[in-house]
Parts: sequence; structure tokens; C-alpha cells
Amino acid sequence: MYLTPLQTIAIMLAVALGTQATRWLPFLLFDRENKPQLVTYLGRVLPPAVMGLLVVYCLRSTPLTAPRYGLPELIALVAIAALHLWRRNMLLSIGGGTVLYMLLVQLVFI
Amino acid sequence: MGKQHIERKSSFAAAFRAAFPYSMPVLAGFMVLGIAYGILMADKGYGFPWAVLMSAVCFCGSMQFVAITLLTTAFDPLAALLLSFMVNARHLFYGLSLMDRYRGQGALRFPLIYLLCDETFSINCSVEPPEQVDKGYFYLSISLLHYGYWVTATLIGSLLGSLLTFDTTGMDFALTALFVVLFIEQIRPKENRLSGFIGLACTVLALVLFGADNLVVPAMAMILLVLVVGRKRLCT
Repeated sequence: MYLTPLQTIAIMLAVALGTQATRWLPFLLFDRENKPQLVTYLGRVLPPAVMGLLVVYCLRSTPLTAPRYGLPELIALVAIAALHLWRRNMLLSIGGGTVLYMLLVQLVFI
Repeated sequence: MGKQHIERKSSFAAAFRAAFPYSMPVLAGFMVLGIAYGILMADKGYGFPWAVLMSAVCFCGSMQFVAITLLTTAFDPLAALLLSFMVNARHLFYGLSLMDRYRGQGALRFPLIYLLCDETFSINCSVEPPEQVDKGYFYLSISLLHYGYWVTATLIGSLLGSLLTFDTTGMDFALTALFVVLFIEQIRPKENRLSGFIGLACTVLALVLFGADNLVVPAMAMILLVLVVGRKRLCT
């Protein structure tokens, strides 16, 4: 440990506070009967946009110019999308895609 | 909120049983990442119970990995506060998106909002709970299951991480896969497709312009800007 136990707890609480602020703020500001129309609108259109953000966010550190060239990721993504459009079974698509990706990075693209 | 009686459509147990299958991808992903976190913390001298305490109190995934840096340099709680706000700023969008779904849940809203992470948002915002099951209890079950997985995985990692020999490389891809599948579910209705595309395009642009470490806030700003400016187009 680099910090004293008390300092560690202080950092922990600071991180928790900063995080909780991001979780509570929208509710504290806008969760009432006459909320601004813009907020209602954003609540409706944000979810698909945020899921897009999360997909890219997860893949942000994929190296595209070094060996592997993002191929395992690309193959797994195509497989997940195809599986899901075909059977529309969440667990099958996610499970299948994850196992395929594990095989690719552990056995194929080493 | 005050005291109010809320009619529950089903028991918590029934909702929990319905919710469990939806949480399984997160079980796989959180086990890998939570164990990795426990091991990493132990490496830095924060063995049991520190890592578990961090997971239980902060419950903020990637930010906890960032926080390892904060624990191993000069003591600066203000920087920790500001950094965790910035890194987790995406949660601001989760609250806006879930406001209507979490409304009318009374005291359940405290745990629902406290435990609002990426994966919980994604499922609670994209999945329609089964008809016969109480929605509030369903959302709470997802939240508690994800929280339980994360804390348990951290515990396993900090206690016996070094004993694990199974090669889990790539298993955390389960979380990427979860987001991809829920993205597909979100853009199934035609009217959602433009917004989904805006989210992808703005985040890719932010990645190119600002790099992998600083993309979240610029991406959010761009998404907001495009959604607000293009409001007329998106409303039709």
C-alpha cells in the first residue's frame, strides 16, 4: 500500500461520490411531472445512440494497424450479428460470439 | 418520494427468476474482469479486504481500474472525485434514458440508481420484462445480480486469483457481445436507426480525434449536439 488506510478510504469515497453524482444528477434535476420537453425527447432518442457509444467504447483499444488487425473482433462481431438476426436468442448470440472470440485469440491468431 | 403504497404485479422471487437468464452474459464478463481487478489490486498491495471494499462501495468497473493509479500516487482526493465524474459521465445519459422506467418505483429507486452501471442500464433499457412479472422487481433483480457478480468476482480474485489456471483470455468479450446484441435490439424499430447510427458515428469520430483514453466526454457532447440540432428530423 502506498497510502495510509485513512487516505485509501478517502480516495474510495471520492471515487464513489464522483460516480454517484453521474448516476443521480439526471434524476435530481429532471425527474418531475413538468420536465422540459427536450429531456423527454432525449430520453426517447438516447438509448440507441448510447448503445452505439458503448459498442465503440468496448472496442476502442483494438489495434487496427498491428498484427491481428482487429480480425478476431471483426469476425466475432459479424458472427454475433448474424446469429442474433437469425435466431434472436440473446444468450446464444452472446455465448456463441464469446466462445468464438476466445477460440480465435487463444488458438488461431496467436 | 414519501410514503406510498405500490402495487407489485408479482413476488420478488418470480421477478428474480425471470431476470436471471438476462444477467448470464454479465456473469461471464464480470467474473473475468472482477477477478482480474482483485489480482491487480493485490499486486499493488491492496489485498483482501481492500479490493472487495472498493467494488462494494464504488461499483464502477473501468473507473476502479483507473482508481488503482490514484491509490498508487500522491494523495489527491479532489482529483479522484473529478476524474471519476468525467470517466463516468456517460451515466448522465443512462439516467435520462431510464427516468420513465424507474418512475413510480418508490424506495426501490435508491438501489436502482446507486447500482446503475453500463450493463444494468443496457439491459433495463432494452429488455421488456415478461408480462406477468413486476417491472420494478425485475429491474432491481438485474441490478443486484450484476452487483453481486462484481463483488464476488473481486473477492475470488483477491483471495485466490493466483491459483486460477483456466485460460480466460477473451472471455471479457462477453460484455462487448452483450452491447452489440442490445444495440441490434435497440435499432430493430426503424425510427431508432438514425439515432443508433449517430451514436456509432459520433463515438468513432471522437475515438479518431481524441484517442482511446479520452473519447467518452467528446463523444457524448457530439451525440447531444447532433440529436438536439437534428431534433425535427428525428421526431418524425
